[in-house]
Amino acid sequence: MRRFGPVLVVVLTIFALWYVSSFLMNRTWVMDQATRAGTDPGFSEVLRETMNQDRAKLPAPHQVAAELYDGVFNKKVTSKRSLVYHGFITFQATMAGFALGIIAGVALAVAIVLSRVADLTLMPWAIISQTIPVVALAPMIVVLANAAGADSLMVPKAIIAGYLSFFPVLVSMVAGLRSPGGMQLDLLRTYGASPAQVFWKLRLPASLPYFFASLKIAVAASLVGAIVGELPTGAIAGLGARMLIGSQFGNPMIMWSALFAAAILAALLIWIVSGVERLAVRVMGGGQA
Amino acid sequence: MEQMINNQLSLHSDVATAAAVIQAQNLSLTFQTNDGPVHALKDVSLDIGKGEFVSFIGPSGCGKTTFLRCMADLEHPTGGSITVNGVSAAEARKARAYGYVFQAAGLYPWRTIGGNIRLPLEIMGYSKADQAERVARVLELVDLAGFEKKYPWQLSGGMQQRASIARALAFDADILLMDEPFGALDEIVRDHLNEQLLALWARTGKTIGFVTHSIPEAVYLSTKIVVMSPRPGRISDVIDSPLPRERPLEIRDTPEFIEIAHRVRDGLRAGHSYDD
Repeated sequence: MRRFGPVLVVVLTIFALWYVSSFLMNRTWVMDQATRAGTDPGFSEVLRETMNQDRAKLPAPHQVAAELYDGVFNKKVTSKRSLVYHGFITFQATMAGFALGIIAGVALAVAIVLSRVADLTLMPWAIISQTIPVVALAPMIVVLANAAGADSLMVPKAIIAGYLSFFPVLVSMVAGLRSPGGMQLDLLRTYGASPAQVFWKLRLPASLPYFFASLKIAVAASLVGAIVGELPTGAIAGLGARMLIGSQFGNPMIMWSALFAAAILAALLIWIVSGVERLAVRVMGGGQA
Repeated sequence: MEQMINNQLSLHSDVATAAAVIQAQNLSLTFQTNDGPVHALKDVSLDIGKGEFVSFIGPSGCGKTTFLRCMADLEHPTGGSITVNGVSAAEARKARAYGYVFQAAGLYPWRTIGGNIRLPLEIMGYSKADQAERVARVLELVDLAGFEKKYPWQLSGGMQQRASIARALAFDADILLMDEPFGALDEIVRDHLNEQLLALWARTGKTIGFVTHSIPEAVYLSTKIVVMSPRPGRISDVIDSPLPRERPLEIRDTPEFIEIAHRVRDGLRAGHSYDD
C-alpha cells in the first residue's frame, strides 16, 4: 500500500481533472442542443449529457475504458476493429525495429570505442540523425523501401523504429565501454593483456549495466517510431493507423482507445525489458555494479 | 662443451639477479604540464635484492608511486635506466615478472572472487585444471579459502584487498609491487593484514616493493626503507632495517623499532625543510 499510495493519488487526480475537463469541453454542445430545442436543462442533466456523447470533444474516462475493453475483448482478434489485431501489428514493427536498433547501436558503439577514426566520423552523424524530425523522414523511408522491393509497410516501419531506438543504445554503450578507469586498464596492462582481451574481459562486461539501462529507453523509442511510421504513410493497420482513422472520421473514441492501447503496450514492453534487466543483474553477480 | 658454457652463463646471470632484482640508475621522469615541467623523479638510483621487502615512504608528490609504476612499466622514465630481472621494465612486464596490487582492490563486480583470481590466469592462457589448482592455493595463502564462489560486494574491504593480493600472487611472479594496498583500510584491519603479509612473504620468499604513507607500517614490514622527498622527487635516505625477519606485532614497542621510526621521521623532515 505504501508503494501504491502515491501512484493512486496521482491517478485519481488525473481522473478528476479529466472528468472536469470533459464536462467543461462537452457542455457547449449540450447547451447548443438545449437552446435549439428550447429547453433549459438543470445541472445534473447537463452533467449526464456531457458524460455520454458519442462524438464528445473530450470523451470521459469511463467511455474510453468501455471502448478500450470493447476493442480488446469483444472483437475477434482477426477483425479490423480489434485493438489486439492493430496492437500486434505495431508490436511486430516495434520488435523488428528494436532488434535493428540494438544491433546498429552496439555495432556503432564498438566501432567508435575501438577506432579513433570512427569516433571522429560517426558520432557527429549519429547526433545529427536525431535532430531530423522523423515525421518528415518517414514517408521518404517508405518510398525508398518500396522502390527497393519491400512489399509491405513492415520493413519501412521497422527501419523508422530502429532509427529512433539505436541512438540511446549507442550513447549508453559508448559510455559503458569507456567506463573502466585507468586502474582497471593498468591492471590488465600488468598482465600483458592483448587489446582483444581488454575488450572481451573488461570493456564488454563493464558496459552491460549501461546496455540494459538503455534498453528501456530504446524500446519506448522503438514503439514511438513504429506508430509514427504508421501515421503519415497511408497505413491501414496498426495503432498509428487506428489513431489516424479516428481523427479523419471525427471519432475521438477510436483515437483515445488506440492511444491507451499504445500506452498499455509501452508499459508491457518496459515491464518485460525491466525483467530481463533484473535477470541479467542477478546472473552478473547481483551486486552493486 | 657448449652445454658447459651455457650452464656457466646461466649460472653467472643467476648470480647477477641474486645481487639485484630491480636496479634503477639515475632514473628521472618529468611530466610536461601547462604550468611547466614537473620533476616527478630526479636522478633516483636504487638496487633491490632478491627476497627483500622494500618500503617507499614520503609525502605526496615525492614520486614513490611513480617510482613503483616505472618498475611496472606503467610509466616511462624520461632519463636514466631501470632493469627488472636484468631486462628492461617493458620486457619484464611482458614476461609477467611481477604482480601489482593497487590502492583499491579493483575486483570485477561481475566475477566471483575465484573468477577475479582466475582473470590473469585466463589472460595468460593457463589450463582449466591449473587455474582451479592455483585459485585454491592462493586463496589458502591469503586466508580466504571458502570464499571462492562469493561476489566482491559480499566481502569486507580488507577481505577484498586480500583477494586482490591473491590475484597478484596467482601466476607465480617473483616480484610483488604494492601501491598503498592498505591505505584505505582502518588501523585494526591494517595491523592484521600487515601481519599476514609478513607471513606470506616468509612463506613465498618474494621480492616486495611497497609504497606507504605510514611510518610504523614501513618500519614493521621492511628490510629496507626508502625515504623520499618531493620537488623534485628523489631519495633522501635508505635505511637497512636491523630488525629480525621474524616480527611479532609487539616488536613495535622495542627500542630498535622506535629508533628506526625516529630515523625515518628525521629523513622525512629533512626532505621537507629542503623544500621550504
